[in-house]
Amino acid sequence: MIEADHLFKNFEDKKRGTVRAVDDVSFVCKPGEIYGLLGANGAGKTTTLRMLATILEPTNGTARVAGFDVIKQSEQVRRNIGFLSTATALYGRLTAYEMVQYFGRLNGMTDEAIDKRINELFTRLEMNEFRDGRCDKLSTGMKQKTSIARTLIHDPQVMIFDEPTLGLDVMAARTIVGFIRECREHGKTVIFSTHVMSEVEKLCDHIGIIHGGRLLAEGTLAELRKRYNMQDLEDIFVAIVEPHMAKEAVAS
Amino acid sequence: MNLRNVLVVYRKELTDSLRDRRTLISMVVVPILIMPLLTIGMGTFVAKMIGKAAEEISTVMILSAGDSPRSVAEIQALKGIDIVPSSPDYKTQISDKTLRAAVELPAGFDAAVDHGDQVTVHIYDYDGDIKSQFAAQKLQKLFDELRDQTVEKRLQAHNLPATLVTPFDVKTDNVAPPEKVAGATIGGFLPYFIIILCLTGATYPAIDLTAGEKERGTIETILCSPVGRTDLVLGKFLMVLTASLCTGILAIISMSASFHVAKTMLAGMGGKDNPLNFSIGVQAIVAVFLMVLPLAVLFASGLLAIALFAKSYKEAQSYIAPLMIVVIMPAVAGLMPGVEFNAKMALIPILSTSLVCKEIVSGTYHWNYIGLIFLSTCVYAAAALFVAVNLFKREDVLFRT
Repeated sequence: MIEADHLFKNFEDKKRGTVRAVDDVSFVCKPGEIYGLLGANGAGKTTTLRMLATILEPTNGTARVAGFDVIKQSEQVRRNIGFLSTATALYGRLTAYEMVQYFGRLNGMTDEAIDKRINELFTRLEMNEFRDGRCDKLSTGMKQKTSIARTLIHDPQVMIFDEPTLGLDVMAARTIVGFIRECREHGKTVIFSTHVMSEVEKLCDHIGIIHGGRLLAEGTLAELRKRYNMQDLEDIFVAIVEPHMAKEAVAS
Repeated sequence: MNLRNVLVVYRKELTDSLRDRRTLISMVVVPILIMPLLTIGMGTFVAKMIGKAAEEISTVMILSAGDSPRSVAEIQALKGIDIVPSSPDYKTQISDKTLRAAVELPAGFDAAVDHGDQVTVHIYDYDGDIKSQFAAQKLQKLFDELRDQTVEKRLQAHNLPATLVTPFDVKTDNVAPPEKVAGATIGGFLPYFIIILCLTGATYPAIDLTAGEKERGTIETILCSPVGRTDLVLGKFLMVLTASLCTGILAIISMSASFHVAKTMLAGMGGKDNPLNFSIGVQAIVAVFLMVLPLAVLFASGLLAIALFAKSYKEAQSYIAPLMIVVIMPAVAGLMPGVEFNAKMALIPILSTSLVCKEIVSGTYHWNYIGLIFLSTCVYAAAALFVAVNLFKREDVLFRT
């Protein structure tokens, strides 16, 4: 369960002064559900997800992830989440096994439990042939699998994906999409951000459209189609975002 | 803080760093190789150069009016010099190093010596050029002897005792044990090198573990693990400290070994005033190590804090390069002869450690200063560590764009 409760995040910028990256964002994401955060670059997706993952602290408002407060109980939050983005790289000089083992240890697991879990995960993800290969020598697909194993080592209830398919080729992206679906089937709470409409259409139970740090529209795909009387998600997205872009152009 | 987590992070960083060639070079290869290179290499080079200069037949020019054949003959008879024909541009020739020295006899020098008139002999040399000075020394010696002989002859002629001109002798006796003399000269270099190597050994891992993580994108991966940021930065700090101390210890071992080799080599060449004829006791080495320990903590945390602020490896390097000079300056100041302790100086980090270690190596233990310096360096180290830990908690530092 993820409950974002009036999240705000400001950044100080030398040229532009205070920038409001996230502006009063609230939503709820339930277990067994995929929540898609759809927005253009710079819309505030990454900042929102980083606040949920406790990497950044909200300027105002808060969120509860797996029942824990992201500000006051950040450690418990991190124990219950798996966070994956294209920015979460692997340690190149560790082997795939060591990489996953390290995160098991950071999660306070015993070496015995880690080994058992890794054997299970590596078999399921078909990673056994490169388990002792150094991460910087692995192919993109192998790296993706290692990252997935890394997020799953402690079997978290909540999965946070920040543009997980960005820059990946078709096959690697498919692995990730399949993995996200699998998470839902296992009853996990899943949130993921993207700017790819087709991924949202294929995967998401709930969609939040974010622009300029604000959550402009929310609902299931069917609800959004009905509300805006359009079939194509891209058309709906443009219909929602465009009036705001026009306003910004006037303001600046 | 959770010690288990700190150790998990430390263990991983250690494995990670030991697989990195660049860290291994700065941590292991450099301290092992640089010491023999400096001591044995430089030592043999200098000894050879000096030996060569001393053996050289010096070209010397005699400037004389031609009325002092006796003295000219004595100069000509001097060993190790080669007389060249006189020419008026002797000063230029000396400057150009084609001529080593020139000696100018005043007109009627021989006669003046015989009659007891006061005259001056000029020797021209090029200060700072060892070959020119060797030539001048030979001439100086000749005239000193000539003067002494003249004095003796005159005294004898008047039937006066030799003690008339030397009523008493002045002699300086050294009471410092030989290891202290050596300690003050060569031993002074030991702490200096250890301090510098502790810094260079820590530099690469400090950058790799902070700015390097930002550059490679692993910082976000590690920040979403349950481990707290304090544990994370302390684990990293321990790794950088390990690298720093490892470099320092290897430098000490390598230096002791190369001193030993150099000593044996020079002993084989003979000579009583072997400058390496001293030994640094195990006690002194342990004491130096203990004094350097808080300094290594200061370096590790300071470098970590600076490198953490940088966005990339290159940016971190450009911040740290000038820092090297800041560290080397006081360490060099500690090497200067005549720099003495006072309480104020004991509060200057690096300089104080450099000074006190120099004293320790030469066998002197100023316990009150040792205590003061150890404490003050600990305070600086704790402050730097505090800054590093707090920087690691700041979003604007971790995600600086």
